[in-house]
Amino acid sequence: MSTALATAAPSFDLATVRAAFPALRQEVHPGKPLVYLDSAATALKPQPVLDATMDAYAKDVANVHRAVHALSQRATARYEGARDTVRDFLGAAAREEIVFVRGASEALNLVASSWGGANLSEGDEILLTELEHHSNIVPWQLVAERTGARVVHVPITDAGEVTLEAFEAKLSAKTKVCAFAHISNSLGTVLPVQAMAERAHAAGAIVVVDGAQGVVHGAVDVRALGVDFYAFSGHKLYGPTGIGVLYGRQELLEAMPPWQGGGDMIDRVTLDAGSTWNDLPYKFEAGTPNIAGAIGLGAAIEWLSALGLDHVAAHEAEVLAYGHARLAEIPGLTLVGSAPRKASVLAFTLEGIHPSDAGTILDAEGVAIRTGHHCAQPVMDHFGVTGTARASLGVHNGTDDIDALVQGLERVRAFFG
Amino acid sequence: MPVETTLEELAESFELLDDWMDRYKTILDLGGELDPMDEALKVDAHKVKGCMSQVWLVGTLGSEGRMHFLADSDAHLVKGLIAIVLMLYGDKTPAEILETEHAAALAELGLDKHLSPGRSNGLHSMIKRIRALAEAHLARGPSA
Repeated sequence: MSTALATAAPSFDLATVRAAFPALRQEVHPGKPLVYLDSAATALKPQPVLDATMDAYAKDVANVHRAVHALSQRATARYEGARDTVRDFLGAAAREEIVFVRGASEALNLVASSWGGANLSEGDEILLTELEHHSNIVPWQLVAERTGARVVHVPITDAGEVTLEAFEAKLSAKTKVCAFAHISNSLGTVLPVQAMAERAHAAGAIVVVDGAQGVVHGAVDVRALGVDFYAFSGHKLYGPTGIGVLYGRQELLEAMPPWQGGGDMIDRVTLDAGSTWNDLPYKFEAGTPNIAGAIGLGAAIEWLSALGLDHVAAHEAEVLAYGHARLAEIPGLTLVGSAPRKASVLAFTLEGIHPSDAGTILDAEGVAIRTGHHCAQPVMDHFGVTGTARASLGVHNGTDDIDALVQGLERVRAFFG
Repeated sequence: MPVETTLEELAESFELLDDWMDRYKTILDLGGELDPMDEALKVDAHKVKGCMSQVWLVGTLGSEGRMHFLADSDAHLVKGLIAIVLMLYGDKTPAEILETEHAAALAELGLDKHLSPGRSNGLHSMIKRIRALAEAHLARGPSA
């Protein structure tokens, strides 16, 4: 299957983009049309993704890599076609470097467990940052416990930034792996991934990037970034839930032991002489994969790429800047996270109003945001809050959505005033 | 003192209010009917897990055999939800608490959408905690 990545459109038309999302054509309460500002939690799904997923179940419903019959051949071709789409999307060197997993969390667990289990030992250090999602903290804590390695954290600034100085200060000959987000889910900070990767490699460490947010808001080229692993989820990228990707440099993936055992990941199984493993990427895809999910993810990437990732990033940056300006006008509102390089996220607190209360009233107005700790409790601890309200932007948001949020927040203030 | 407003009164006023914003206003006011909870009681052991906001709940058995609950939250609307839960469960014997069906009463208020396990407002977790406290008292027998 060929990919459609080269067909980027020259212009970005918000009305056309919105028309692709059936979920936007609904009132969440009578007279309250949906204003969706929770894309960082999960993205809405455009029609081509729904069509591709439905089609996979309706027509090409067969297991992959197994049978000679036509349905299985078609399912395999589409599943593997999706892998090629992902490879092009990430700029990976080879399709063997693209492993389908359940999501970013599973990808990070795979690396921590398989690479970490084989390569870490007592005295080694795992370097994370203070702004990580729990999914990029806990797998490393688990492998640290198993191996005797130590988890070290790079502190963030009060603007929510990770500076190169702070990063370098924690790097040492003991550092074996650096794992950090491309874009923070709770603050929106964009990390200087390329510069961090250079410094990590110079210190002899490998680089694992949580790209769950990073892959959504601009073009990613894993080779230009110079990272060893890059993890993302399909459902935040306008694709289905339960599918995600681990990119890993082939040389590293080759050397890693399998993580889970089952069908598809084996070459030969014997009862007495053990088993041998399938080639990449199948060595890491135990069991029947999420075939329709992968096909849906491929469709999502093709759809987003056809819009032009640079156009998407430019549009979102414009709406984000407008959001910052409008929210700054609201008395008692404090923005949490003010890094100069930011994407998608407007996190804030309201004086005297619990985020959960604000979120409930906004919901009654049809405005969907997330409230709570956003699976990043160390970030909340840094800012001394138990949670924030977070509006996060997707490709379909416009300044009118920000206006609806601001209007909703005025009602929140009046309600609790 | 238990919450003064009754479930019947609340259902009647909800019927007159079409707008959820007005209903939330009513729920907000109900939070004010809760007996104040001593700050000293707001410790981790009394925290109800599974709430996005912080919720604390303690239950004691009075000499007349009925359970009295004290609860609070740092979110105002959640305090109102607590008051509704206590309208259902407050001032009952442990056996009565275990026989109480909450689903229909809350559905009548249109609050059933807040009830599914894992909902961040913790209504489900609060009810679970109340029932667990009642069960513990029953297990200890009438002399407890």
